[in-house]
Amino acid sequence: MTQLPQSTERKMGLVIDLDTCVGCHACVISCKGWNTENYGAPLSDQDAYGADPSGTFLNRVHSYEVQPAEGPAQLIHFPKSCLHCEDAPCVTVCPTGASYKRVEDGIVLVNESDCIGCGLCAWSCPYGARELDQAEGVMKKCTLCVDRIYNENLPEVDRIPSCVRTCPAGARHFGDLGDPHSDVSKLVAERGGMDLMPEMGTKPVNKYLPPRPKDKIEDQIDILAPLLAPVAEEPKGFLGWLDKTLEKL
Amino acid sequence: MSQQPNLNLSPPVSDEVRRTTCYMCACRCGINVHMKDGKVAYIEGNRDHPVNKGVLCAKGSAGIMQVNAPSRLRKPLRRVGPRGSGEFREIEWDEAISTAVGWLNELHETAPQKLAFFTGRDQSQSFTSFWAQHFGTPNYAAHGGFCSVNMAAGGIYTMGGAFWEFGQPDWDHTKLFMLFGVAEDHDSNPIKMGIGKIKGRGARVIGVNPIRSGYNAVADDWVGITPGTDGLFILSLIHVLMKAGKIDLDYLSRYTNAPVLVNAADGPEKGLFLRDADGKPLVIDRATGQPTAFDKPGVRPDLSATYEKDGVTHRPVFHLMAEKYLSDDHAPEAVAERCGISARRIRAIAAEIARVAFDEAIELDKEWTDFRGETHSKMIGRPVSFHAMRGVSAHANGFQTCRALHVLQILLGTVEVPGGFRFKPPYPKPIEAHPTPHGDRRPGRPLEGPHLGFPRGPEDLLLDENGDAQRIDKAFTWDNPISAHGLMHMVISNAAAGDPYKIDTLFMYMANMSWNSSMNTKGVMEMLSAKTEDGKYVIPKIIYSDAYSSEMVAYADLILPDTTYLERHDCISLLDRPICEADAAADAIRWPVIEPDRDVRGFQSVLIELANRMSLPGFTNEDGTPKWKDYADYIVNHQRKPGIGPLAGFRGKDGDKEGRGEVNPDQLNRYIENGGFYVAHIPEGADYYKPWNTAYQDWAVGMGLYDSPQPYLFQLYSEPMRKFQLAAEGFGDRQPPEHLRQRIKDTMDPLPIWYETDQQGNDGFTVNALTQRPMAMYHSWGTQNAWLRQLHGRNPLYVPTKLMREHGLQDGDWAKVSSPHGQITVPVMEMAALNENTVWTWNAIGKRKGAWALQDDAPEATKGFLLNHLIHELLPPKGDGLRWANSDPITGQAAWFDLKVKIEKTAPPDDAESQPEFAPIKSPVGTGPKDLAWKVGK
Amino acid sequence: MHPAPSVIIFTTLSGLGFGLLFFLGLGLPAVSGWVAFVFFAIAYGLSVGGLMASTFHLGHPERAMKAFTQWRSSWLSREGWCAVLALVLMGLYAIGTVFFGQRWGVFGILGALLSLATVFTTSMIYTQLRTIPRWNMKLTPVMFLSFSLAGGALLAGQTRVALPLLLIAALVQILYWRQGDRALAASGTDLGTATGLGARGRVRAFEPPHTGTNYLLREFVHVVGRKHAEKLRLISFVLAFFVPVVFLLLPFNHFVALLAVLSHLAGIATSRWLFFAQAEHVVGLYYGKR
Repeated sequence: MTQLPQSTERKMGLVIDLDTCVGCHACVISCKGWNTENYGAPLSDQDAYGADPSGTFLNRVHSYEVQPAEGPAQLIHFPKSCLHCEDAPCVTVCPTGASYKRVEDGIVLVNESDCIGCGLCAWSCPYGARELDQAEGVMKKCTLCVDRIYNENLPEVDRIPSCVRTCPAGARHFGDLGDPHSDVSKLVAERGGMDLMPEMGTKPVNKYLPPRPKDKIEDQIDILAPLLAPVAEEPKGFLGWLDKTLEKL
Repeated sequence: MSQQPNLNLSPPVSDEVRRTTCYMCACRCGINVHMKDGKVAYIEGNRDHPVNKGVLCAKGSAGIMQVNAPSRLRKPLRRVGPRGSGEFREIEWDEAISTAVGWLNELHETAPQKLAFFTGRDQSQSFTSFWAQHFGTPNYAAHGGFCSVNMAAGGIYTMGGAFWEFGQPDWDHTKLFMLFGVAEDHDSNPIKMGIGKIKGRGARVIGVNPIRSGYNAVADDWVGITPGTDGLFILSLIHVLMKAGKIDLDYLSRYTNAPVLVNAADGPEKGLFLRDADGKPLVIDRATGQPTAFDKPGVRPDLSATYEKDGVTHRPVFHLMAEKYLSDDHAPEAVAERCGISARRIRAIAAEIARVAFDEAIELDKEWTDFRGETHSKMIGRPVSFHAMRGVSAHANGFQTCRALHVLQILLGTVEVPGGFRFKPPYPKPIEAHPTPHGDRRPGRPLEGPHLGFPRGPEDLLLDENGDAQRIDKAFTWDNPISAHGLMHMVISNAAAGDPYKIDTLFMYMANMSWNSSMNTKGVMEMLSAKTEDGKYVIPKIIYSDAYSSEMVAYADLILPDTTYLERHDCISLLDRPICEADAAADAIRWPVIEPDRDVRGFQSVLIELANRMSLPGFTNEDGTPKWKDYADYIVNHQRKPGIGPLAGFRGKDGDKEGRGEVNPDQLNRYIENGGFYVAHIPEGADYYKPWNTAYQDWAVGMGLYDSPQPYLFQLYSEPMRKFQLAAEGFGDRQPPEHLRQRIKDTMDPLPIWYETDQQGNDGFTVNALTQRPMAMYHSWGTQNAWLRQLHGRNPLYVPTKLMREHGLQDGDWAKVSSPHGQITVPVMEMAALNENTVWTWNAIGKRKGAWALQDDAPEATKGFLLNHLIHELLPPKGDGLRWANSDPITGQAAWFDLKVKIEKTAPPDDAESQPEFAPIKSPVGTGPKDLAWKVGK
Repeated sequence: MHPAPSVIIFTTLSGLGFGLLFFLGLGLPAVSGWVAFVFFAIAYGLSVGGLMASTFHLGHPERAMKAFTQWRSSWLSREGWCAVLALVLMGLYAIGTVFFGQRWGVFGILGALLSLATVFTTSMIYTQLRTIPRWNMKLTPVMFLSFSLAGGALLAGQTRVALPLLLIAALVQILYWRQGDRALAASGTDLGTATGLGARGRVRAFEPPHTGTNYLLREFVHVVGRKHAEKLRLISFVLAFFVPVVFLLLPFNHFVALLAVLSHLAGIATSRWLFFAQAEHVVGLYYGKR
């Protein structure tokens, strides 16, 4: 059914820390590997060794330069995958019911056997989270590793999305954003987690933690200056200081 | 309302998980290889592994595309077309081995130096060097000379270890982390994990790098320094900190040679340490005021007292440092412009370092006893830590810059203390515990010791009776006395020039010398295919081993196809470049989790076969039978010293000994059961202050890391350097040639200095040009990978905003980039977060047509490019009749990052392809399939 | 948006076809027998042909029947229902006129309304997309309906109605372009809101996630040069509205009428090409494109 559930029992999602992501693409390829081998059709690649290689990926890492009013430009790495929106437009536009949002945990999925590959869900998604697989003709998207997070064949510690498990910098967090006491919700509260394109009204479940303020070290110089008061102006004086200090040791 | 499909939320993940070690780069993470129907289905990080603790980078996860890559070589090859054409015929292994033996055995018996055996991204150097040593050739090294020897040697000469494999920041306690010149690849996962930990605590990260990408992008403060001036900046920090007294005098007096007495009288002893009869450096004991051996129990070394002996004044090292570094030459105002960092910013950074080191010092309640017998109730931590890599080392002043950084750490008292920098076993290891280099020529017999080592002075140079180089790469000569990793980048040009002598066979492993691993790529291609007047190749025979159809394959006469990393045995050994952590010694193996589906063999096993066929000493029992049948056999049964072998874990008959113990025939199985690795934890209380901590020293001896405790002092002042300088001043019987005298005097200062790298002939070339490797790709290892090449299939030249405007450039425009050596025409892209006078690109994305099983119109071959074409192994002529090497005069490290260029806008080339272009190679493996839809399970 | 021929053909032809059905359903012109057959054949050819074309871009056309299930939420599903109902009712109505000379008015009027509803639902497929501000405007369905009605009237030979309808459609077209050109800016969505980084400074897309292209870029990012677009707008406007109006003002002649229809068709197709090609999907922002 492509009508959205009134509410979901939990709101499982990701919290992505833009202050920590170094842009290594580990999540991108881990996702490719897991989802090629698991849920639904493999993520295919066209012209894999040729002039225009292009494949299906469920997670991609962009990078942006931000030029603040003062100070040097900043570079921010920006992973992006399905945000599992509460008001997911991709679900309601689907004519076949292939797209749906799970009542249990809010994960937005595509039931590939019902997908006609019309692409309308991808059109309706502001985030570019859906890609039509060119080999299979069905819409692919982040499943939040629904086949991992409850998988009893995996050790409990591994029941997290593959992108989260693999992220070397720990810039990706997974949990229930509907529970204000969950670690991810606390993180969002502490760090001012934000929505992408809030004006779209999609109410994304995934949140982004903004980068901390940068290039502020010179602002502290007045406080820090006393630390650098010379012990002596002359090398001779320095050795005198040295003797005195050594006495105290 | 909803009728959701019924999902199977617990689908089977795999039939079996095989745990081995990754080889998608040099990081050597543990991986879980999920198998389905006997095939590799999915690769993830191994949570138990000491290196990566479960995480895995993009390369690691893409391993499945690597082991199935269409570029894999399939069978041994003999060249049939001219060198460089790529025309081969497939041969059987019997023919391949007998051909190689036919070429090599004669050399072994008559002129072993005529074999030059160099390995590139080799992770079995303790074995390959053992092979070369027993072959008898002095001409062996791996790729450190063009990678990061400055970093390694600078660290070892200063404090008995450096970054990466040698040590790491104390990620759990550090409160300020400063990162210099780190390309985004090295030690990739541990650094990312460490940065993640620090960030999680909200601690500050300062990045010093002309380019603000990767780790520098997440740095709280970015210092977009002018390339090559890191040393100047560091010495200025030292100036400010010393001047303010923000240095750890207690630490300096106890653990460093700051109090060691130095002869101050002109003459052959000037600058050398005052030593006692046992050769131990002397310090003044504050209790007695008398000169005393530095390690005498109870001694309290004085940093300030001088000492007169026989009319000669001896001054402590610290006096010399005060004199040098308190000078206004090092004041922030004096260096700001050259570094491209404001004086105010330099002071702010120094102040922050001082604040964290001294106002936020931490104490761990751990008791420990130092080598002088004093027991300390606490461990004091100065939670400032540093890390640096190729960005600072690949300059002609890189060795001294690396030394300067270590001296900064030591002055702050942050090395081997909580929150600072920590060594990883087998480090710390003083210079005295390392071998000296060996390069004698002894037909039919092995070298007397390992090829590579650390010279203590001119006496250790590898020069023959005429003063000529013993090695083909001229390592350990006056040109670069401390070339501790050899100079792989000089081998081909020297061999082609017959200087210092001609060779017969060039034998290389995993080194893409005809492409991205050489400076002057086009020149190297020409040298590899150059012929003498009689039509024979100047380098008569070339043997090459690689798993993939790289650019280098085309230039070899005989190809020995290697396996992929999931089809082979390997050991990541404590004898080599291990995977230890600051808290533990660790080593690991690779084992064939799948069998090759091609007629290929692990290179190390092939070397053993060759050795056995030649009955090389070291490989042969007294009765003439081979000691080992293959590499796995060697890994288990080889003993370097009694009880010490390639693997430290599960030794002894029952597999219950670690470090030392007799051979355990079941050792590999025990490793496999354990996840492919072994960890020996350092006991509590032995985990910091390792160079001086009795508990650590005793543990290290037990592990077989040392034969006896080796406590030592950090060498702020490097006496070996001074010995070379003394020779240049005319003292001693081994004298440098005249043309090098002044340079040695100037550069081999025993205290870290900064000097401008040689810019002769660079007039008009004012823009710095750098390369980095993307985190998701490592050298050419990744580009044939169907998943990774989508991330980085071409590389623009990143140009800072100011230069874009100056040259009227916009994204997608083309620019002609030239250096005194060459010219390339490439697409550009603007980058604002970049030093305003620096351009850069991703390294080794560009590929030659025909290589790597890519189609000729692949973007790597049409748009991708190498900066290598602009870099020569020699500097431009300066009119003195000599060609000076483009390298560090101390270590010979290739000075990749000294490159200066000019850029100008140009029309796109007619074919819209980056220039220069080269004729396609005929691919010995064809090209890859069109489409992929990879799924192993049903 | 990628101007896929399948959707351009579909919306252009079916818009015209359902427009014609609307007038036929109302008995304008009141035809029967062979003449009715020809009219209905043209109308069905256009509308069904258009619908068929729309299935060309499906990954799995064989599952198209499933698209009828989600009428409660999906405009595409509703479009399917409306189209089928319209075609069935108009089919019954056509049987009456062609074979029995009967005008079953209930079917005709319901069919006419459903025909318009089909065009409306088609337009709503685009209009509903907040991701494409140029489509997400009240004028979008107005434009689709006005084009369909004008074209239908023209094709149905309803000269007197066609003339004002063409003028209205032309006006709507101009308004649509005017408002559309400002839509992205007016939407408030930019790279700043897309990344959440807008408050920190000026945001610029640096390295794309992959150096090659991908489905999103192929599907959503199509850049038409401004001058090129202006030229096409002029061509489209002249063909779709100006020429037919001029021809309608000329004395009636079947050949001229045919030319008017063909000109209109070509103009609408051009306008529809621009409708897609100029539509900026906000995903393009993430790639530094618009």
